[in-house]
Amino acid sequence: MITQAPRIVTSRVELSDGFTLERHLATGGYEGLRKALSMPPADVAAEVNKASLLGRGGAGFPAGRKWSMLRQAPTRYLVVNGDESEPATFKDHMLIERDPHQIIEGTAIAAYATGVEQAFIYCRGEFALGLERLQQACNEAYAYGALGADVLGTGYALDVVIHPGAGAYICGEETALLESLEGKRGFPRIKPPYFPAAVGLYGEPTVVNNVETISNLPWIITHGGDAFAALGERPSAGTRLFALSGRVEHPGWFEIEMSKTTFRDLIYDPSLGGGIPGGNPLRAFIPGGVSAPWFGPDRLDLKLSQDAVGQAGSMLGSGSVVVMDSDTCPVRAAWRIARFFHRESCGQCTPCREGSGWIEKIMHRLEQGLGREQDIDLVLDACDNISPGLSWPPKQTTICVFGPSIPSAIVSVAKMFRDELLVHVKDGGCPFPPDAVRRG
Amino acid sequence: MPHLTSDNRARAEAIVACYPQPRSALIPLCHLAQAQDGWLTPAAMEEIAELVGCTPAEVRGTARFYDMLHTEPVGRHVVTVCTNIACMLAGAYEVLDHAAAALGISVGQTTADGEFTLEEAECLAGCDSAPCVQVNHRFFGPLDPDGFDALTEDLRSGRLADTVPAHGILSRIDRSVGLPAKAAKTGTGAQAAGSGGQGSGPATGARPE
Repeated sequence: MITQAPRIVTSRVELSDGFTLERHLATGGYEGLRKALSMPPADVAAEVNKASLLGRGGAGFPAGRKWSMLRQAPTRYLVVNGDESEPATFKDHMLIERDPHQIIEGTAIAAYATGVEQAFIYCRGEFALGLERLQQACNEAYAYGALGADVLGTGYALDVVIHPGAGAYICGEETALLESLEGKRGFPRIKPPYFPAAVGLYGEPTVVNNVETISNLPWIITHGGDAFAALGERPSAGTRLFALSGRVEHPGWFEIEMSKTTFRDLIYDPSLGGGIPGGNPLRAFIPGGVSAPWFGPDRLDLKLSQDAVGQAGSMLGSGSVVVMDSDTCPVRAAWRIARFFHRESCGQCTPCREGSGWIEKIMHRLEQGLGREQDIDLVLDACDNISPGLSWPPKQTTICVFGPSIPSAIVSVAKMFRDELLVHVKDGGCPFPPDAVRRG
Repeated sequence: MPHLTSDNRARAEAIVACYPQPRSALIPLCHLAQAQDGWLTPAAMEEIAELVGCTPAEVRGTARFYDMLHTEPVGRHVVTVCTNIACMLAGAYEVLDHAAAALGISVGQTTADGEFTLEEAECLAGCDSAPCVQVNHRFFGPLDPDGFDALTEDLRSGRLADTVPAHGILSRIDRSVGLPAKAAKTGTGAQAAGSGGQGSGPATGARPE
């Protein structure tokens, strides 16, 4: 079912000047911040708790609870994670370029609620235009008085620094992001301490929130946490951005009410994905980024809800859905995902650093038709060394969850497409057509 | 003798002043040096080390971790073709193979005239325009082989000079605002305070850029 839910984070993104201060103010901008500043910080946090806003970065941790875990200390930091790099995820990129003031406003609301006077927005380095728009919005916000020594005349002081990344997937992991922000290699930190809320940036308690999570805050404060929680179904409340790509007629982002719409709606509805080109049958889809186990057509009627997808053995993750049709070679797709993990492993932990390379090589030779039947067990064994038992949610032998994400695609192919794997071995080559550019 | 121009040196010092610990400015300063030189030269790394309070080896060791920071010279246009899952399903390897043949180089190489360096990228978050390509981190897509040829032709002729500035993503960024950062009291390894600590920036108002 496609509901007529309000557009919470995308109300301005289709305006040609939605990124300017002028348009922001003309469309209710900074009213959420103004209202927040008229409330005690604890009440702002309580509204967000009421909203049941789950983190939109991938892990889905409740934002309000994350804030409440923040250790008491004279100095606390807020870091906004705009290092969007999960393959097939492109929602934060769009929000950064098209509504940067919404992010600045949300950042100020979150900072005020958590007692922070210094915030950083870590923006993926490859978003050159996004960085320019964010910095421009930041400059305008200072001039307007929404940031700086006396925010909107309330005496609250907040400084925001726009920080560019430099190209490393792992920096999306929050402790790696903090290392990177400290000017080092993006190596995830050893846990415990588990949460930056206890030990974060420069060792101080730090909140790390995703760009989309932050973008929801102005609406939540303006309309109230209950209005947000009334959308969707708790705990998957509100709307959410889904990034749809792969073999669909209309790849793109869609803001959809959580828990109401199904994957079938998202992929096939003419107002959303518009179906598969040429009417090809669906072979499989990835429900939430390449770290997520795949689903077959039998899961199309699952609701877009964090719990529903979790119970079905995968995750909604970063909200990116990749569609594979009957012309898609599942072995090639899994190989490309393995290649990504191999290239992006930070190299700290042996199972991930070495395992990702083994898995990539074995998948490559299988795809090329140079593999043996035993390679299927071999690649699963390599996966098992990274995530023992190959269960879901996965077990972990590494510092961060990057490692246990590697097996997802491989195990999916071994389970769902064993016959296709065997045909590659038997025929000595890939039976599927090459992935060609669509013309016309 | 400083390697950064006096303008860039002033900009670098202002960037350092944004952070509670100077080391945090390391990556932004690498971007700044690339904007000046096109790549991260050993001389620039020495000066960055001095500015953020670490050794040149630490600058190099950090920079080498990040795909966007080039410790070897690159062409005037760095062309990155995404081949990750969404772009691959839209034919990205056809585009990449065509790009290599059209430019006469392999991935990782630079054309003899210094115009183009070809790179294969992981997902660039442009999947709604797959297959997508970046040139000096400006987006183009969806591109087919003909579109790629038209793009390189426009780049060679200078027709895209406004859309695609030279290297360094900070070239059009002006951080003219901000409060001086308070030096962090504790640290997780880097120096706790240094040249960028409290007092090094203006007390209020505009920072020099």
